[in-house]
Amino acid sequence: MLSIKNLQARIEEKEILKGINLDIKPGEVHAIMGPNGSGKSTLASVLAGRADYEVTDGSVEFLGKDLLELSPEDRAREGVFLAFQYPIEIPGVSTTNFVKTAVNEIRKYRGQEPMDAVAFLKLMKERMKLVNIDQALLSRSLNEGFSGGEKKRNEIFQMAMLEPKLAILDETDSGLDIDALRIVAEGVNKLKSKDNATLVITHYQRLLDYIVPDYVHILYKGRIVKTGGKELALELEEKGYDFIKEELGEEVEA
Amino acid sequence: MSELKELIQDKLSKESFSGNGSLKALSQKGLELFNEQGIPTVKHEEWKYTRISAVLNKDFSYAEGATAITAKDVEEFRLPGHEAANELVFVNGIYHAELSNIRSSVDELVILPLAEAVKGEYKSIVDGNLGHSAGYHKDGINALNNAFAYQGLFISIKKNKSVEHPLYCYYINDARTVNVLSQPRTLIHVAVNAEVKIVEEEVTIGTSDSFINKISEIVVEENAQVHLYKIQNEDSHSSCVKTTHVRQVGVSKVNSVTITLNGGVIRNNLNFILEAPGCESNMYGLYCVKGDTHVDNHTIVDNKMPNSLSNELYKGIIDENATAVFNGKIFVRQDAQKTNAYQSNKNILLSDTATVNTKPQLEIFADDVKCSHGCTIGRLDDEALFYLQSRGIGDKAAKALLLHAFAIEVLEKIELEPIRQYVDQIISERLDFEI
Repeated sequence: MLSIKNLQARIEEKEILKGINLDIKPGEVHAIMGPNGSGKSTLASVLAGRADYEVTDGSVEFLGKDLLELSPEDRAREGVFLAFQYPIEIPGVSTTNFVKTAVNEIRKYRGQEPMDAVAFLKLMKERMKLVNIDQALLSRSLNEGFSGGEKKRNEIFQMAMLEPKLAILDETDSGLDIDALRIVAEGVNKLKSKDNATLVITHYQRLLDYIVPDYVHILYKGRIVKTGGKELALELEEKGYDFIKEELGEEVEA
Repeated sequence: MSELKELIQDKLSKESFSGNGSLKALSQKGLELFNEQGIPTVKHEEWKYTRISAVLNKDFSYAEGATAITAKDVEEFRLPGHEAANELVFVNGIYHAELSNIRSSVDELVILPLAEAVKGEYKSIVDGNLGHSAGYHKDGINALNNAFAYQGLFISIKKNKSVEHPLYCYYINDARTVNVLSQPRTLIHVAVNAEVKIVEEEVTIGTSDSFINKISEIVVEENAQVHLYKIQNEDSHSSCVKTTHVRQVGVSKVNSVTITLNGGVIRNNLNFILEAPGCESNMYGLYCVKGDTHVDNHTIVDNKMPNSLSNELYKGIIDENATAVFNGKIFVRQDAQKTNAYQSNKNILLSDTATVNTKPQLEIFADDVKCSHGCTIGRLDDEALFYLQSRGIGDKAAKALLLHAFAIEVLEKIELEPIRQYVDQIISERLDFEI
């Protein structure tokens, strides 16, 4: 589904991704872990098409298409979804209106008729239950004044409405207490199928207790330095990121 | 300009001012001041960015109210909700009773020529309020309207009456054959405990040049509530100077929303004079302009007594070669302790040739007050745009969504549903936004 080869990217003059290789197949859950500044969020941003980053080398193929050639909106329409680490507040746009516009723009791209109001409402009610989000919240301005948990639930709600083929969760656990974390993770799990894939980006292992990965990759200084099964996350949790440095033969700061 | 002076001189010499003392005095003073000052040029501090002299430097006819405008013409531009409104039609500046449609009874709403009001039971109100704006605007264009004040209209909302039917005021210039300069003048009295909503729109019929130089003075008494909505959506050959001067003489609440969509050169003066303690004044504006439209909003809030609240928010979306000017003055006089005065002006420029000049001016003579002001000029937020795009919303639709969201903060202040919807519709079309 997604094939990343030797991906290199920078922001302004700073090299951040220095050759990423990653293959994701339908039905798989991949986790990318790494210390702060390793390039985790950059990878998510580059895949979603944020303009601040410049890809200097490598390729990304998504369902047979050159992802890097597509505009951010076309990537979404092809089935890429990024759950933001910091969802944006947009006063004056209700979540309902926003999601409806998004759903219909995607349908238009796929040559489908816009969804009528009744069908949309029905779908919305059904998907709201997945993340335990209520109607009143969705009628309010998008993310404006939402708590951290509400923002993240809203991200997963949007994901549920847009039904992506590849969901990228960028530090979705940050700022969440354990109850909110569980709700968000359950939502993600319910949306999992044999046809879609999930890429979970996280600093901590605890999210992976709830969203169990098939593969764990450790990103360090812009490269994937180690890949393993879900047990790698536990090892990392136990030993801390210093063990990676040791394995790489780097000096560990006292 | 000299032609304009001759025109006015000639006109005034033919008028008889018999029996209306304060009107005559105001008109004569206006003419004198106009002769002395002329039309303000950009050398005048208050007119630095707005060149009305260029617009007025043509042959203008001061066409009288008697034109061939018919009820059928009026039909063309009636605003939504008119079925339940009092419709006041002004033709070339003069109130036209036959074309107007007054639904409220006279025990709620009184409409009289100023020349009559100055003689009867409203004499003290007229004498005490007419021309009050001249103390704040000492330029020739204000003087010019004063010179014609004797043709104006007096409106009174009676004590304890909440007027069910909003007042829709249409200011029509009949520019089908000649360039028309009109000078509408109103004095609106909102009595104790009364409530009224007023909607104003300028309309030019025909393709010659049109200039409306209007003054509306509003006196608001104890416990009264007033909503003022202005809709400005004209062609490039229609220009105006509109002065709205509100005196809150009792504890009262006044909301004003000014929507500017297009036109030639547009200057709005909006003054709030808070003469009683504990007044509330809300001033909102949205200008969504393109082409060569020039819109200038000059506002004054003059806090004279303690404990008042004024809240001012003007937002602008400026495209193509359009220009916007915002100047917000807030005075807090020595006695006006515990004043809360907020002001904000936010602008989004959509083209490289769009211009905005914004200037807040605070003069505070009291020591225990809360005042804030701020202005922003920018483009759409890239982060917000990316967020929408990352959900599959195309660049164009995303921009429309964000611009509409920017505008809605002002639109939702219009508490007259048919008007709010009407304006929202125009804005949405302008921005290619689907409601």
